[in-house]
Amino acid sequence: MIHPIPPGTRDVLPDEMRELRRLHLAMIEVFEDRGYGEVSTPAIEYDEVLARGDGRTADSAYRFFDERGDLLALRSDMTVPIARLVASRYAGAEMPLRLCYLANAFRAVRPQRGQMREFAQAGVELIGAPAPAGTAEVVEVLEATLDAAGLDRAVIGLGDADLYRQLLAELGVEGEARAAVLGKLAAHDLVGLEEELSSLEGIGDEQVATCMALSQLRGGREALDEARSLGGDAVERATARLGETLEALEARGVADRVQVDLGLLRDLGYYSGAILEVYDPALGHVLGGGGRYDGLLERFGLDLPAAGFALYLERVHVAQMEEEPRGGGGVA
Amino acid sequence: MGRAKADGPLKLAVPRGALFGETLDALNAIGIDTAELRGESRSLIFEAGGITLVTMRPSDVPTYVEAGAADVGITGKDVLLEQADRVVYELLDLGFGRCRMVLAGRKGDEKLGESERRLGMMRIATKYPRTAQRHFESTGRQVEVIEVKGSVELAPLIGLADGIVDLVATGRTLEENDLEVREEILECTARFVANRVAHKLRAAEVDELTAKLREQLA
Repeated sequence: MIHPIPPGTRDVLPDEMRELRRLHLAMIEVFEDRGYGEVSTPAIEYDEVLARGDGRTADSAYRFFDERGDLLALRSDMTVPIARLVASRYAGAEMPLRLCYLANAFRAVRPQRGQMREFAQAGVELIGAPAPAGTAEVVEVLEATLDAAGLDRAVIGLGDADLYRQLLAELGVEGEARAAVLGKLAAHDLVGLEEELSSLEGIGDEQVATCMALSQLRGGREALDEARSLGGDAVERATARLGETLEALEARGVADRVQVDLGLLRDLGYYSGAILEVYDPALGHVLGGGGRYDGLLERFGLDLPAAGFALYLERVHVAQMEEEPRGGGGVA
Repeated sequence: MGRAKADGPLKLAVPRGALFGETLDALNAIGIDTAELRGESRSLIFEAGGITLVTMRPSDVPTYVEAGAADVGITGKDVLLEQADRVVYELLDLGFGRCRMVLAGRKGDEKLGESERRLGMMRIATKYPRTAQRHFESTGRQVEVIEVKGSVELAPLIGLADGIVDLVATGRTLEENDLEVREEILECTARFVANRVAHKLRAAEVDELTAKLREQLA
């Protein structure tokens, strides 16, 4: 007899589990080797605690009441629960603090291969280490993790979360218009973006062209120079931040796999400064991402800079398998 | 999730059907030979001008591009709106394939208005249930959306629905079935779209193709 399970969830059988476990252990070993201690937090949290970290917890697909009538939610990522954990249990501790995890999280996505409603994420959080050195350390760990997974062709996109917020403020775009423009940018709908910007009063053709061009700039250092040539304070500040991050990465010798991307926008509300996305040529979907969230801990009463990343375990596994014919993949 | 191999030529999803001819014209204009696609061949995959052309139904284009099985593609805005939850980058309005999404009812028939007034909601037949639902929600009206796969014009003629939401190019089909446009919902054209990872990892090729397509628009 067949008994159903909810959409977007799945069973894992021994052959797959064996490979996932091997991958999991290889990743945790990389984290531990670099001084990141593994933590675990409850899968269910109070909804208001999660909402404190990211107002848009609409992402979390599952909410329910407990016997006391309190609203609970399944976590939609690990960054917010760890921010909560650090604020509650490590207040006054010596910084920086290095934590890692492999945990399941839950989101209301349309289920498809490698994109489930319940999924495993492996990642690290570096608390109390400011940009750009902290960012560079996180990128270094990320690269070592990708290497350990055998994904030597994977590329890390590096962008700036504050670029468009500041640019739109500079252009005087506020309120609903600002949300609409950011929405088009996040979806990378260039046709809609041009329409949206052109319809705004006080925005000239030249400024529209600048925004459009900016969102398409990606590559090496030259992308920063091209961005700078477009002018404006917001662009100047963002390219300066990105330049500093790049220098820190170069100093650590981990800049080779990094691609600067001025069009990058993460859809989680807590990011600030550097943001990261991870791609592998064998997969049409993003492998994971991260970045800085210097304002997140403060929402929990502990004002500390922080950065981290998370990789989707199942997607990394799919990429490994797709890379195998090339002699890549496999746990090193 | 599918493969988006960085090796090998860029894969472009080409829509068969109404957009096919003009898509091939646009590809010709940027120096890609489409003679083979215009022929009698039953093949689905062609090599031309250094890229791989994969032909498919327009409504399948977002599916292939989102998964990375095709790196870039061309399809109608109507398709993108109906599948708004598919994550693809919309890079360019190609300008051709212009048509309108409209609400239509029978000529000289007040069924739409009467149903709304006396029954509180209209029954609308359409192949675009999500676009229709969004349109009526955003204009504060209640509807019962009935999804049909074939000739939508049939629905109001034999009483399945009070009106239809459909794509209109010349308006001839409506005319022949004694229907008329009551409201314009939006205008649609063909769009050039890209897979999110291909847009990052094959940036130079995607940008070059985008630039060429933009040039031939002018």
